[in-house]
Amino acid sequence: MTDKPMLPDLMRAHGISRRGFLKYCASLTSLMALSPAMMPKVAYALENAPRPSVIWLSFQECTGCTESLTRSHAPTIEDLIFNAVSLDYHHTLQAASGHQAEAARTEAMQANYGKYLLVVDGSIPIGDEGYSCIAGVSNLQMLKETAAGAAAIVAVGTCAAYGGIPHANPNPTGAVSVSDIIKDKPIINVPGCPPIPVVMTGVLAHFLTFGIPELDVLNRPKAFYGETIHDRCYRRPFYDKGLFAEGFDDEGAREGWCLYKMGCKGPTTRSVCATVKWNDGTSFPIQSGHPCLGCTEPNFWDNGGFYKPLSVPAGDYRKAALEAIAVGVVAGAAGAGLARANKSRAAKAHEKVDAHDLERKS
Amino acid sequence: MNDPYFDLLMWARGPGFTIALVVLAGGIILRLTEILFLGRKTDLAPAKGNAVVAGLKTIFTRSVPREGLVKFSPVTYIGGYVFHIAFFIAFLLFGPHIALIKSVIGLSWPDAGRVIIESAAVIALVAMLALLYSRITDPVRRSISGFQDYLVWVLTVLPLITGYIAVNKLIGDGTLMMALHILSAEMLMIAFPFTKLMHAVTFITSRYYNGAIQGRKGAES
Repeated sequence: MTDKPMLPDLMRAHGISRRGFLKYCASLTSLMALSPAMMPKVAYALENAPRPSVIWLSFQECTGCTESLTRSHAPTIEDLIFNAVSLDYHHTLQAASGHQAEAARTEAMQANYGKYLLVVDGSIPIGDEGYSCIAGVSNLQMLKETAAGAAAIVAVGTCAAYGGIPHANPNPTGAVSVSDIIKDKPIINVPGCPPIPVVMTGVLAHFLTFGIPELDVLNRPKAFYGETIHDRCYRRPFYDKGLFAEGFDDEGAREGWCLYKMGCKGPTTRSVCATVKWNDGTSFPIQSGHPCLGCTEPNFWDNGGFYKPLSVPAGDYRKAALEAIAVGVVAGAAGAGLARANKSRAAKAHEKVDAHDLERKS
Repeated sequence: MNDPYFDLLMWARGPGFTIALVVLAGGIILRLTEILFLGRKTDLAPAKGNAVVAGLKTIFTRSVPREGLVKFSPVTYIGGYVFHIAFFIAFLLFGPHIALIKSVIGLSWPDAGRVIIESAAVIALVAMLALLYSRITDPVRRSISGFQDYLVWVLTVLPLITGYIAVNKLIGDGTLMMALHILSAEMLMIAFPFTKLMHAVTFITSRYYNGAIQGRKGAES
């Protein structure tokens, strides 16, 4: 591991200038919500920090998170940051396979016990452990074994952070997140389906330079998940003006108006999609005309439908309302009938009196 | 791992809304059916004048205060008008509300911008405060006010306050405030058929009845 080149060597090999590296450090410092004065420290740390061993476990996932990180717009400095760590085990990226691959994991664990960083993507099935195995070892067993010696765990992607799509109703495999199983290690959730590459590398860079970043209640780094997409969306002025697209091909859609009524989950979704964007800052889903699905939030697959606005009921209320109306008619008629019957009884019980009767009684 | 605030929002959008709608729709229909089924006595002495026309006319004419009453009770009348108009602007012209109405009954109309909506919400709130002040300080109004009047006041202002806070993210988590806003509106829906809030529907029947009595010219049979 120690014979691997450090970041400056990798930069030179990929034709990236020191100026480019410093620009990246500046944007990373800004992205991590650190003071600008910290930029030299970030650069120094990235150049000189000892490269921790990283073990990357992939469970019930689609490899989208790895694809996002490695194939987005290579070669980039994000890639190099990623390469700067000593990635000792990763199914998709490693050349070794079978027993040799597993031996690499065991070796890395033993050599760096208590110090290595464990990155997990994918959810873990607990309905039956046999639903997902690697080299005959269930995901649950492998996670427990590997987490035992980890300094910290980064749950990359919504599946690892919350259970994700495998966890969606009816969750046939009993899929759960990393934090549902591991309780005694620091866990950094980096949700997204997939997460933005620079967010993943930003978290790794923060871990390399300053340790575990400040996290929110869902264990997400506040620097990347502190604000909603809605608050940073370039279409927000249209929301404020009451201008909404109501179809994928109506005037509002062509004019680029707010997608709230198309089911956009931006108001409840915390991510930097609207500012950092994707594909080297080119665009993000809302910019390309599709409402946000809310993929950085738990249970995003089951949150009432992608195309239902947040203000619209998520359940099936129509049948219950019709039944309530029918019951209301019957109960109202019964109430009126009862009142009429009381009135008629009172009328029948009415005693007729005249002035003489009253005089006699008095 | 779950976000409790988002779970609360999903409950409010799901089972919470269904419960509120069932109580609202069933309750309104129950009250209306009861009123209509009670009916009126057959008129055995045909009279001059047209009770139906007078009744229908009164439904609208009672929306205008009688001469001199605005001066006599300015806070009640002006505050009442201002609140109702501002409340309906904030409720009916805000895009997310229109999306909700469209999904429930299929009707929609153009949206107003946030400046109009938020101004209307603040104006409605100020009017409600003025009406509450008048209710508390005026000895007559205070003596005829009961628990229900104050409950209805609270239930009416809560959606205005929570909505304003949720949109502007003034305090607390945005998702939590959105959930609280929806829940406060659902509380209003549940209370609606069984409190004085029902006047929003029964004003039609009560005004009609008053107008019809006035329009009938003849002896009661």
